[in-house]
Amino acid sequence: MSGTTSKSRTAAPLSEGGAAPRRVGGSGSPGPVRSERRSRLYRWDLKWSPYAFVAPFFVFFLAFGLFPLIYTGWASLHQVELTAPNDMEWIGLRNFSRLMEDEFFWNALRNTLTIGVLSTVPQLLIALGIAHLLNYRLRGSMFFRVAILTPYATSVAAATLVFVMLFGRDIGMVNWVLGQVGFGPVDWENGEWTSQLAVSTIVVWRWTGYNALIYLAAMQAIPNDLYESAALDGATRWQQFVHVTIPSLRPTILFTCVVSTIGATQLFGEPLLFNRGAGATGGANHQFQTLGLYLYEQGWVNLHLGRASAIAWTMFLILLLIGAVNWLVGRRLRKSS
Amino acid sequence: MTTLIPAEPVSPPKAPPGKRKRRRGGERAGKQLYGGKFTYAVLIVFTVGSLFPLVWTAIAASRNNHRLAQNPPPFWFGGNLFKNLEIAWTDANMGSALINTAIVAGSITVGTVVFSTLAGFAFAKLRFRFKNVLLLLVIGTMMVPPQLSVVPLYMMIAKLQWTDQLQAVILPTLVSAFGVFFMRQYLIGALPTELIEAARVDGASSLRIVWHVVFPAARPAMAVLGMLTFVMAWNDFFWPIIALTQNGSPTVQVALTGLGRGYIPDQSVIMAGALLGTLPLLAVFVIFGKQIVGGIMQGAVKG
Repeated sequence: MSGTTSKSRTAAPLSEGGAAPRRVGGSGSPGPVRSERRSRLYRWDLKWSPYAFVAPFFVFFLAFGLFPLIYTGWASLHQVELTAPNDMEWIGLRNFSRLMEDEFFWNALRNTLTIGVLSTVPQLLIALGIAHLLNYRLRGSMFFRVAILTPYATSVAAATLVFVMLFGRDIGMVNWVLGQVGFGPVDWENGEWTSQLAVSTIVVWRWTGYNALIYLAAMQAIPNDLYESAALDGATRWQQFVHVTIPSLRPTILFTCVVSTIGATQLFGEPLLFNRGAGATGGANHQFQTLGLYLYEQGWVNLHLGRASAIAWTMFLILLLIGAVNWLVGRRLRKSS
Repeated sequence: MTTLIPAEPVSPPKAPPGKRKRRRGGERAGKQLYGGKFTYAVLIVFTVGSLFPLVWTAIAASRNNHRLAQNPPPFWFGGNLFKNLEIAWTDANMGSALINTAIVAGSITVGTVVFSTLAGFAFAKLRFRFKNVLLLLVIGTMMVPPQLSVVPLYMMIAKLQWTDQLQAVILPTLVSAFGVFFMRQYLIGALPTELIEAARVDGASSLRIVWHVVFPAARPAMAVLGMLTFVMAWNDFFWPIIALTQNGSPTVQVALTGLGRGYIPDQSVIMAGALLGTLPLLAVFVIFGKQIVGGIMQGAVKG
């Protein structure tokens, strides 16, 4: 794996004449007719096999990726019910205008935003710190790496079920520990902030190790000379971290920000299951209903597929907006440095 | 858009200047500073934090409902593990759910690895028209959220009458843009173009070249991609819960949702179910953890 290059190199020219299989000057040559056929076959192979190799991806992508993507836009302009998905009635932009007046949509958008910040920011900051520590020479460094990555192997469903118990009001371990240090029991599930904090904790737990490894990989690519010259200039370790490590990691940090933001926008499993058996409402007062959950509720609980499509497209537009902001911020950062 | 491509930040250091050795495995020749006591202390705290919820799942699964409803919560194992596992296995259908998940994750992994290697090889080493446009399309699809296509996908499988059938989950995820990109990045460096040319001179067809040159050269990356895909497919949640119901042929994740929604009110059985859904992957992690870590550090992408 050490040979991976970042620069994209175009394939070296495979000149058809130079690599032809016709064995020139071979004594027992198979005769002109056969060699002619072989060379035609060869050229045919050279021309068409690249398409054959990329075809499976694009066939599946067109059927299950691009077509649904466009069709979602089409469906969002119709009234479609889950019970009869083939009866579509054109209603123009009514799904969207209805969405704008829906307080639950705005509530879900707000929750997605706060849970997104509550989960993404600590996750990336902790990951950065852990990566820095893992970058030292350590005994058993592979053990630490595997251990902090283990939550990544746990499914959303299993992790959330465990955290629901840990965050239980009367018998949860979190409240028991808080009780030991003199804090009253917190009703994690029913409070607005507390429930969002609890849901974010699950996300942070599952993804911090993963991000730490990505940062670690980028840190190991920083040339040692930079640290040496910084040390010569009398920079302390903290100053080296701030002035050498962080700037060198900028592209990686931006990348993890984008990926985590996309992940946060799609948050679904955690809030669905954090709600003990109450369905897709995201708590009794919708206090931790995210956009992903709201989409599911509209489409598969209230059976309005058209509205669900409208939510999906709105989410996509929000993502594009975030992407654009990220890109602008990245460009400014690059310019200022 | 280019900021989304992970290859730049995670590529190994370029030409090793002077005394610096190339890093290999867990060993590296960057800063030679050793971690102090503080480093170990913090890392141990985080390791405990990472592993504790999993250990506690096993503890809770080995108790009974009565004990779990008492304060303080249990900190050590009880004697009910096998009874709870058995109830989860039979009553909550975890047994068949595990088999379903193995089929789903296995097929998706094989499909993704084979198709990604083929397409990655073509993008890395072959010449054809529209190559760059198509590659851009592949990278672009990595950004599209799954929510965006879930409604039409559901309409499609409803029309095909695939609801509750495993192919409804397998086929839409059988290829992966990330996989194609990952294999392309790997093969650009790992597969010498001269080798392909030599094979061509010897009269090998493209298919033979794939079988005898590309697959052997790509094997390490195929293994990493396979493991990452398997973990992802095993844990997939959003689409399976829409396409498969409790009563049909659910995957483990869907079956766990049923447990959580209180079809079985016994907390220790729920935890036993969560344990059953996690154990196979934990086993994969214990065996291949090192390679998975290496693979992610080579530039894995979430989702």
